[in-house]
Amino acid sequence: MEPRSRSFYALAIFFGLFILFLYGPVITIGILSFQGPRGGLTFPMNGVSVHWFYDLFEKQAVGDIWGSFRRSFVLGLMVMVCTVVFSVMCGLAFRSRFRGSGLLFYLIITSLIIPSILISLGVGLIFNILDWEVHWSTSGMGSQLTWTLPFGILIMFAVFNRFDKSYEEAARDLGASWWQTIRFVVLPIIAPSLIGVALFGFTLSYDEFARTLLTSGSKNTLPLEIFGMTTNVTTPVLYALGTLTTVFSLIIILGFLLIAYLLRRRQERHGSDAGSGLV
Amino acid sequence: MQSQQPAKNLNSGQSFSWLLVSPTILILAFFLVLPLLTIAIVSFWDYNEWNFFPAFIFDNYVYLLESPVTWATYLKTLKFTVLTWFFCTIIGFTVAFFLAFHVRSLTWQIALFLACTIPFWTSNIIRMISWIPFLGRNGIANSSLISLGVIDEPLEWLLFSDFAVVLAFVHLYTLFMVVPVFNTMMRIDKTLIEAARDAGASGFQILTNIIIPLSRPGLMIGSIFVVTLVMGDFITVRFMSGGQSASVGRVISNEIALLQYPAAAASAVILLITVLIMIAIMLRFVDIRKEL
Repeated sequence: MEPRSRSFYALAIFFGLFILFLYGPVITIGILSFQGPRGGLTFPMNGVSVHWFYDLFEKQAVGDIWGSFRRSFVLGLMVMVCTVVFSVMCGLAFRSRFRGSGLLFYLIITSLIIPSILISLGVGLIFNILDWEVHWSTSGMGSQLTWTLPFGILIMFAVFNRFDKSYEEAARDLGASWWQTIRFVVLPIIAPSLIGVALFGFTLSYDEFARTLLTSGSKNTLPLEIFGMTTNVTTPVLYALGTLTTVFSLIIILGFLLIAYLLRRRQERHGSDAGSGLV
Repeated sequence: MQSQQPAKNLNSGQSFSWLLVSPTILILAFFLVLPLLTIAIVSFWDYNEWNFFPAFIFDNYVYLLESPVTWATYLKTLKFTVLTWFFCTIIGFTVAFFLAFHVRSLTWQIALFLACTIPFWTSNIIRMISWIPFLGRNGIANSSLISLGVIDEPLEWLLFSDFAVVLAFVHLYTLFMVVPVFNTMMRIDKTLIEAARDAGASGFQILTNIIIPLSRPGLMIGSIFVVTLVMGDFITVRFMSGGQSASVGRVISNEIALLQYPAAAASAVILLITVLIMIAIMLRFVDIRKEL
C-alpha cells in the first residue's frame, strides 16, 4: 500500500473534530446529570450524585414522564411494525412498473420533505372539522408514518435494486408459489435490511416531535413531555432524563445493529450450500 | 419478455401491485394529501377569537402578504437556511470525502459511517438541550475562552442567539448531507481517479474535475433535505434563540397556539409554495430515482 498522504491526516483530524462536535454536547449532559443535589445546569460539578435520577423516579412536579415513556414506546413499536410491513409490500410492488407508480413515488418523496408542521396542522384541522378526538395511537401514528414510511420504502428500493432475481427465478422454476418464494427465499435474504428499516421506524417515531405536536391529543409522548419540561424545569433533572432516554435509544440502536450484523454473519456461514444437495 | 405475456396476466399483475401498495396509498391519502387539501381550503376560511368557520375570503393572504413582518420573517428564515446549507455542505462533503476515499478498509468505513449516523436515531430535542452547558453564560465555551485570556467578559451571544440556532441546525442536519454524498461517492469508479493521476492530475484537480462533479446528485439530495428541514423548522429556532428569533415555522406555530387556524393555513400554503419552488430548482440537477 502506498503511504498515507498529508491530506489524509488533515482530513482525519477534521473527521475527529466532527465526531467530537456530534457527541461532545451529549456527553457533557451525561456528565452533568450526575451533579450534586445543589449543582446547576452548567459546570462546575457541585459534588457527584445520582440525586437527579432519583428525582425522576419520584412522583412529583416533573410531570407524567413514565406515562409518556410508555406511550412513546408502544407507539414506536406500532409504527415500527407498520413501517416494516408496508415498506416491504411497497418495495415488492415497485419492482415492476404499474399504473400510477410514478405519481406514488413522488408522493412518497413529498411525504419525506414536506415541512412537518404542515402535517401536524393539516391532520389537526381534519380531526377538528370532523369533530374527532386526536389521539396518539390514531392521528399521532398516522402522522408519524408519513415520516417513517418514506425512509423504509426508500431503503427497500435500494435493497431491491441490488437484489439478485435469479434466486427467485430458481425458486419459481422449482415450483414454489409466489408466497413461498417470498417467505422462504426473498425475506430471508433481505432480513438484515429489514432490521435496518425497523430501526428507522422505531427510533424516528420514538423521537418524533413536529408531526406529533398537534396530533397526539391530551396525553403527551415523551419528546413532547421533554420539550414541555424545557420551559419550566431549570434543574439538572432535565439532563438526567435526557441521559436516560439517550442511553435507552443507544441500547435500542446497538441492539438492532447487532441483530443485523449477526443475521448477515449467519447468512455468510450458511449462504453457499451450492452442490450440497446433489448426491 | 413481458410484452409476450397475455394481457389478462398483465392486468392481474397490475392489480396485485396495487394491492401491495394500498396501505401506503391509504396512509398518504389520509395523512398527507387530505391534510394538504384541508390546509388549502381552510386558508380561505374566516375566524374570530374562539372559532373558525367556512367562508371564501382572501383576507388571510392579503394580511399575510401586506405585513412587513412576513417579509422580514422570510428573510430571516432564508438567512438561517443559506448559512446552515453552506456549513452542512462544506462539513458534509469533507466528512463523506474522507470516508469514501481515505478510509481504506470496508469495516472501518462502515464503523465510522455508523458513528456519524447514530445521533440521527436519538432525540433532536435532547441534542438541542445538550448545548446549554456548552454555550451558556457560565458554560464551557465561555469559561475556556476566559481562562485562555481571549476574552474578559463572558460572550452573551453564544446561547439564545442566531449563532446558536445555526449551530444547532448544523449539528442536527449535517448528517442529511453526509449520507447521500457518501452514497454517490462510493459509486465513483476508482479507476477514473487512477487514470487522472496517471495523466498527471494533482489531488486538487482530481477533486474539482472528477469528485465534485460526480458527487453532485448526492449534494443536491442532501441540499433538498437541509433546505426543507430548516425552512419548515419551528422548534430549533424557538429553543435555541430563547424565543427571540422568528422563522416562518414559528409564525405558523404561534398562529396555531392562538387558534387562528385559517391564518396559520394561509402561512402554511405560502411556505409550501416557497419550499416547492426551491426544490423544483434543485431537482433540475438530479434524478432521484437513479440514486437509490
